[in-house]
Amino acid sequence: MGRQEYTGIPGWARALAAVAAVLVVLPLLAMVLRVDWTHFVPLVTSEPALTALGLSLRTSAASTVLCIVLGVPLALVLARDSFRLQGLLRSLVLLPLVLPPVVGGIALLYTFGRQGLLGRTLDVLGLQIAFSTTAVVLAQAFVALPFLVVSLEGALRTSGFRYEAVAATLGARPGTVFRRVTLPLVLPGLASGAILSFARSLGEFGATLTFAGSLQGVTRTLPLEIYLQRETDPDAAVALSLVLVAVAVAVVALAYRRPAARAGAGEQPTTTAAPAGGNAA
Amino acid sequence: MTLSYEAVVAGRGFDVALTVRPGETVALMGPNGAGKSTLLSSIAGLLRPDSGRAELNGRLLFDLGRESGAGEHTWLPPHQRGTALLAQEPLLFPHLSAADNVAFGPRSAGTGKRAAADLALHWLGEVGVADLAARRPAELSGGQAQRVAVARALAADPGLLLLDEPLAALDIHSAPLLRRLFRRVLAGRQAIIVTHDVLDALMLADRVVILEDGKIAEEGPTREVLERPRSRFAAGLAGLNFVPGILEGAGVRTGQGLRVSGNDEEAGQLPAPGSPGVAVFPPSAVSVFLDDAFPDHAHGSPRNSFAVTITDLEPHGDQVRVRAGGLAADITPAASADLALAPGMAVHFVVKAAAVSVYGT
Repeated sequence: MGRQEYTGIPGWARALAAVAAVLVVLPLLAMVLRVDWTHFVPLVTSEPALTALGLSLRTSAASTVLCIVLGVPLALVLARDSFRLQGLLRSLVLLPLVLPPVVGGIALLYTFGRQGLLGRTLDVLGLQIAFSTTAVVLAQAFVALPFLVVSLEGALRTSGFRYEAVAATLGARPGTVFRRVTLPLVLPGLASGAILSFARSLGEFGATLTFAGSLQGVTRTLPLEIYLQRETDPDAAVALSLVLVAVAVAVVALAYRRPAARAGAGEQPTTTAAPAGGNAA
Repeated sequence: MTLSYEAVVAGRGFDVALTVRPGETVALMGPNGAGKSTLLSSIAGLLRPDSGRAELNGRLLFDLGRESGAGEHTWLPPHQRGTALLAQEPLLFPHLSAADNVAFGPRSAGTGKRAAADLALHWLGEVGVADLAARRPAELSGGQAQRVAVARALAADPGLLLLDEPLAALDIHSAPLLRRLFRRVLAGRQAIIVTHDVLDALMLADRVVILEDGKIAEEGPTREVLERPRSRFAAGLAGLNFVPGILEGAGVRTGQGLRVSGNDEEAGQLPAPGSPGVAVFPPSAVSVFLDDAFPDHAHGSPRNSFAVTITDLEPHGDQVRVRAGGLAADITPAASADLALAPGMAVHFVVKAAAVSVYGT
């Protein structure tokens, strides 16, 4: 880690890197400076705030589970299989990363909304998804899925499938190979992908507001609550923002922490859990 | 208890038919890209040939018809084949202990946890690393890891063991130990071992199959193949000069019109003149002269003299190996210095006809 080795970093890169760091850190600092510490605890423990925080944590957890259940098979198919239009599928799956969340919300509305593509069928079955807690989870999963898929697909690619081939010749059926070999090998990638998905779900705002609305206790997550409070009670908005920042920092720190000795400095090149893709929220 | 195999992979020019008898170990040799790995992978079920059929111990591994047999295709997935594959690298599952790695096969076959653990300990003991049972693969040396990999393959109780250069990645200290281990575990076991080392073929295999350009160039008992090679590759393994051509009397005439006279003793069994044959002789039987003015007729023994240009000189044991015109000669360093040999020099390779074996191919 020392400075002994030549790095080849030009001086101007260091200067611009400092500017970049300021760009990210300064606004956060400015916000912290505006926090009304005397009323901080009452502000963040008010009934609407706690309701919103609870809803946020519950829906984000649900959406992360949904991302894992659907994203792991998707990443597996994208990384290991080969079929027509695979490249196109990969691009489309990553689309939510670059799409404005509001657009995602509108798209979801025209799919699951009452007048939507599937909405009428669901209506007949007595299911109304739009403007429900389910809608919140769907909106979050829509924007968070690419984080898990990108992260896991990278891990699957680097690990290759030679271990799987050996496992198969030892008599393990595909399900066993997946459970006992593939999954443990890419666990670091899966973990960081899941954590990033959780963080992205926690920060979801645009798609949620468009597709799920802002109903207290049902669809009003913490970001929506903050946006609402900003109009009436800026101090509360700032205090709640700080809570969200704290949660996000904890989550990101968890995702990027060095894989400890537990992960085992194995021969396989996957142990460095490098989550690909941009940063969340 | 036999493996019968035939398969074609058109894209790789691969077309091989092979039989491995019960308890037989076959060494598979050949230059890189000859199709050795294709052969192993298609037996293991990791690569699907275009057509062919294979049966192991009465069980059909695959039967891929030649377009005609529509719907008649059979393809057994790798986990149902009972053909454990051991590669150059041990490929131990890095998240499992040595014992759990070895127990993987039995566990996959439905053996209970405790019974599988007992089996693992038994096989680790068989390969002499029972004391490493609790270690993770990262804590094992290359030789130890390969031993555990051998135990893991054997614990799966394979009907056929496929070994893909299992000694190639080991350092010079571990390789002999592993070779001894293989000699023990392969005795009486049906196995195919890919190797580049003639020592492996001699020590471990009953029979050697030489693969060249996706086809079997030669096969037979290891000793016979090395003593009377019929392919350039096998001659190279045996360290012999190899001159293919057409039989002519007790000699061989090459495509370039060069005639190599051989040992008369072999003539009795030679096929008819005009059929393909080879002349084979060791580099140690070749002498190097600066000119052709050697009074050979005085001795009365027939000799071959080839005018060649030296391409390389390299140390070979305590001799100097002179390479020229696709042939090799081993001479003493003193002789090499006396003649002031250097690449590019025109010299004569002289070999007594009595030292040249000639036989049909």
